[in-house]
Amino acid sequence: MAVIDLANPTRFLQFANRAIPWLGGVTVVVFAFAINQAMVAPDDYQQGATVKIMFLHVPGAWLGMLAWGLMTIAALGTLVWRHPLADVTAKAAAPIGAAFTLMCLVTGSLWGRPMWGTYWVWDARLTSELILFLLYLGVIALWRTVEDPSRAARAVAILTLVGAIDLPIIKFSVDWWNTLHQPASVFRLAAPTIDPSILIPLLIMTAAFTLLFATLLLAAMRNEILRRRVRALRLMQASAVS
Amino acid sequence: MSPLAAILFRDLRIAVRVGGGALIGVLFFLVVVTLTPFALGPDIALLQRIGPAILWLAALLASLLALDRLFAADHQDGSLDLILMGRAPLELVVAAKALAHWLTTGLPLIIAAPLIGLLLNLDGRAEAALVLTFLVGTPALTFIGLIGAAIAVTLRRGGLLLAVLVLPLTVPVLIFGVAAANAAMVGPVPFGTPFTILCALTLASLVVGPFAAAAALRQEME
Repeated sequence: MAVIDLANPTRFLQFANRAIPWLGGVTVVVFAFAINQAMVAPDDYQQGATVKIMFLHVPGAWLGMLAWGLMTIAALGTLVWRHPLADVTAKAAAPIGAAFTLMCLVTGSLWGRPMWGTYWVWDARLTSELILFLLYLGVIALWRTVEDPSRAARAVAILTLVGAIDLPIIKFSVDWWNTLHQPASVFRLAAPTIDPSILIPLLIMTAAFTLLFATLLLAAMRNEILRRRVRALRLMQASAVS
Repeated sequence: MSPLAAILFRDLRIAVRVGGGALIGVLFFLVVVTLTPFALGPDIALLQRIGPAILWLAALLASLLALDRLFAADHQDGSLDLILMGRAPLELVVAAKALAHWLTTGLPLIIAAPLIGLLLNLDGRAEAALVLTFLVGTPALTFIGLIGAAIAVTLRRGGLLLAVLVLPLTVPVLIFGVAAANAAMVGPVPFGTPFTILCALTLASLVVGPFAAAAALRQEME
């Protein structure tokens, strides 16, 4: 089966039904390994055990951004090709992305309490992550306001694209706005500043969460397709009665 | 008269006539600024220090308040359909409408800002900087809000949603607007640095806003 065949919602449903158990199984296995690795990872010499909060924090941040990226691609699919599956992808990705962004915010603030002595500082990174979360909530609110799904999809697509242009600007301006707190980040991708004993469990954990994201996204897309079919059937029934 | 000029003058005329509500934004601006000392206490030094921030926040809220009027009335009386069917490029029509909107909501704020700044004990230098940042920054607020207004035009309770959608996108404008005004007051950054970035944001929004809003209108009205 070619990838292009998946663009057909029925084919996609078949694929999703077959893929979800496998993907879920792989996710569980990788998670088991990742949690084990995270347990045996040494404590930081300064931060102690709280460094392990990072194993939740970093995947949350990464997937929060990945979900918006995916929604941006889906938005192009919606506007250019009017593809229903793109609508479904964008709709399914939004709450998952919001949840991961929230996970990043919550774990970050739990880490901040013992490390900085406060749950929240108006630091550049925290603020831009919070704004990303607000944008997710705005997108979800828009999905829930427009009744017709395909019209909602097009309105959301434009908002998503504008958000995709604006997010780097927000990030950059917020960085500029307040660099007093913690100028260097806890984690930089290109950083040899993290010891391999912590970096490797972190990467495994990130892979595990990404698999979880893929599983949840497929399941949410499947549910959304079924929900739309139910809606279409109800509309047909309603018009048959009248 | 070209269609764009016709639309511009039509919107201006509607705004200044009875029911147009062109100056309500300024009134709202004044009320918000007046409320702040009640919340913070009448400490003149404190008010002076955060004055530009208060004025910028009030201007942001005031420009947001009028946004849902941008397309809603045209949608209700059907003239939006005529505009969509017309031969004038929708992007330019939308930009003309935004310009009219800015002239009736943004420009009065800029004129009122120095007077209202006096209430917050701003000195001449700060006032001048504030007016400059308003002059450059408020078009960005209008043109970013334009996108939200176009997305929310067919929604029944679009006003509140519009605020939720638009406000996060205006964060950079707020940051650099206040930063430039503060830089002129107390430094240490030279005024030009945040100000040029504010100019860049405005120019970018002038480009992105009409295209995104026109796309949204086309999608919504079919």
